[in-house]
Amino acid sequence: MPGITREEVAHLARLARLELKDEELDHFAGQLDDIIGAVAEVSDVADEDVPPTSHPLPLTNVMRPDDVRPSLTPEQALSGAPAQEQQRFKVPQILGEE
Amino acid sequence: MSDLTRLTAAETAAKIASGEVTAVEVTEAHLARNQAVDEKVHAFLHVDREGALATARAVDAKRERGEKLGPLAGVPLALKDIFTTEGVPTTAGSKILEGWIPPYDATVTRRLKEADVVILGKTNMDEFAMGSSTENSAYGPTGNPWDLTRIPGGSGGGSSASLASFQTPLAIGTDTGGSIRQPAAVTGTVGVKPTYGGVSRYGMVAFSSSLDQAGPCARTVLDAALLHSVIAGHDEMDSTSIDQPVPDVVAAARNGDIKGLRVGVVKEFRGEGYQAGVMQRFDESVELLRELGAEVVEVSCPTFTKALAAYYLIAPSECSSNLARFDAMRYGMRVGDDGTRSAEDVTALTREAGFGDEVKRRVMLGTYALSSGYYDAYYGSAQKVRTLITRDFAKAFESVDVLVSPTTPTTAFPIGERADDPMAMYLADLCTIPSNLAGNAAMSLPCGLAPEDGLPVGLQIIAPAMADDRLYRVGAAVETAFQARWGHPLIEEAPSL
Repeated sequence: MPGITREEVAHLARLARLELKDEELDHFAGQLDDIIGAVAEVSDVADEDVPPTSHPLPLTNVMRPDDVRPSLTPEQALSGAPAQEQQRFKVPQILGEE
Repeated sequence: MSDLTRLTAAETAAKIASGEVTAVEVTEAHLARNQAVDEKVHAFLHVDREGALATARAVDAKRERGEKLGPLAGVPLALKDIFTTEGVPTTAGSKILEGWIPPYDATVTRRLKEADVVILGKTNMDEFAMGSSTENSAYGPTGNPWDLTRIPGGSGGGSSASLASFQTPLAIGTDTGGSIRQPAAVTGTVGVKPTYGGVSRYGMVAFSSSLDQAGPCARTVLDAALLHSVIAGHDEMDSTSIDQPVPDVVAAARNGDIKGLRVGVVKEFRGEGYQAGVMQRFDESVELLRELGAEVVEVSCPTFTKALAAYYLIAPSECSSNLARFDAMRYGMRVGDDGTRSAEDVTALTREAGFGDEVKRRVMLGTYALSSGYYDAYYGSAQKVRTLITRDFAKAFESVDVLVSPTTPTTAFPIGERADDPMAMYLADLCTIPSNLAGNAAMSLPCGLAPEDGLPVGLQIIAPAMADDRLYRVGAAVETAFQARWGHPLIEEAPSL
């Protein structure tokens, strides 16, 4: 199994939307490397004929009738919003200017 | 200290129902205890004094009108800060949710309110339930009431510390890898992880959805059972909630006869890394089970040695996905929105400022394990280990009714001791994790103090899924026998603070 480099941690942080500081990159690189090294043993027992289990319960899709029911009011839904305008969540720009 | 805070939940409810004391008197006694000791313990993040007293007054009014009260009406409870509470702050121990006031109640919250349980407030926890010591809370650590310089376990350290410091007789925790049972073990209290799907997860801030399970915390087995029956049962708001009758856990806790019961001792839960005093108390517990008429055999569950590794791939993977909701757009903190930055940049800056180290570590670990090229080797293999662990349990339960083990390899360690060594911290959950991966039911209850440090040791009992009542039957038998031997409940030996 490959070790985790500082550059890889920076890449992971970008994928995970974490703006890590420089010192954090070094700190986490060492720790993640240790953890990955320790957990890699799972592959020792994972034979091809063993089916994976993703959930302790057999999951089935749960449907309900498409009836209108009481729900949160717009005021309630927006009550925790960092910014709002005209009964909507106000967010920073999503598309670039070009 | 008022005597009212020393009562069990069952005793408190009986006194309120008979009119011997009022719910308001009970609530005020616990609020006073909270004021006197919580500066030292730091079990609570938020105390809802007015809300608690309003519920207590409503219970007293009900009784005066001659209405029938539920089995826990008027009894105080501490709620882990991971459950949404309408109008009351909910932070999940994270800075990113500081000041957030949910507009709705979790199903667990709603059921507690419907049962007239008095919710005193919200308890401290490791951020997003990630941790085994409550040191990862953004609001500072909680102390163990047995020794305030030591950890109270985690992630539900606040809930268990609130019980052990007599601030409340009941609390609610959540258990993803042991976060109810490990704190119970190190604080000398009782904690139960019900069968996965036995208690609704609706309104519980999600960490690892296939593992997270809410459950009761108390100072006695009967109190835990009474609380279990209030919060358990099918909920249409949670698609993973089991639509089957809840086993009669209260009857089981009142029965406590284990003659002829087959008990399996898991061979893999001992050896290097286990404290001598912990093993001594565990071996005495096994001997006690024999004396009570149980048939004890050793069973082998070879894949349990891989459970920790599988857990630390599966839980971070699910958390990296679940925590994507903290994007600074709809609720919670927002950092860096100065009109020039994009939404993506604001999200990254907010998460950097709002998440603590352990959360960042697990989000990145999960992102890594799920990434292209590594998925099969890590996440895929971990899910196969999960199959093997489930098979180990199934095979063991063919020959025994319950399994037993120490709950934790060691007693409570000093605050700070494992803070910079994630792998050392993860070892605290060695014995509890297999049950989360397989979804079965498990309990921790006190089995004595370790001779070398005088700190509580927990006995873990594991039952098959939907056989939660067996935990209470065995737990009640062990508790009764131990208390007869000690002459009092173990918790009576905790310092008065």
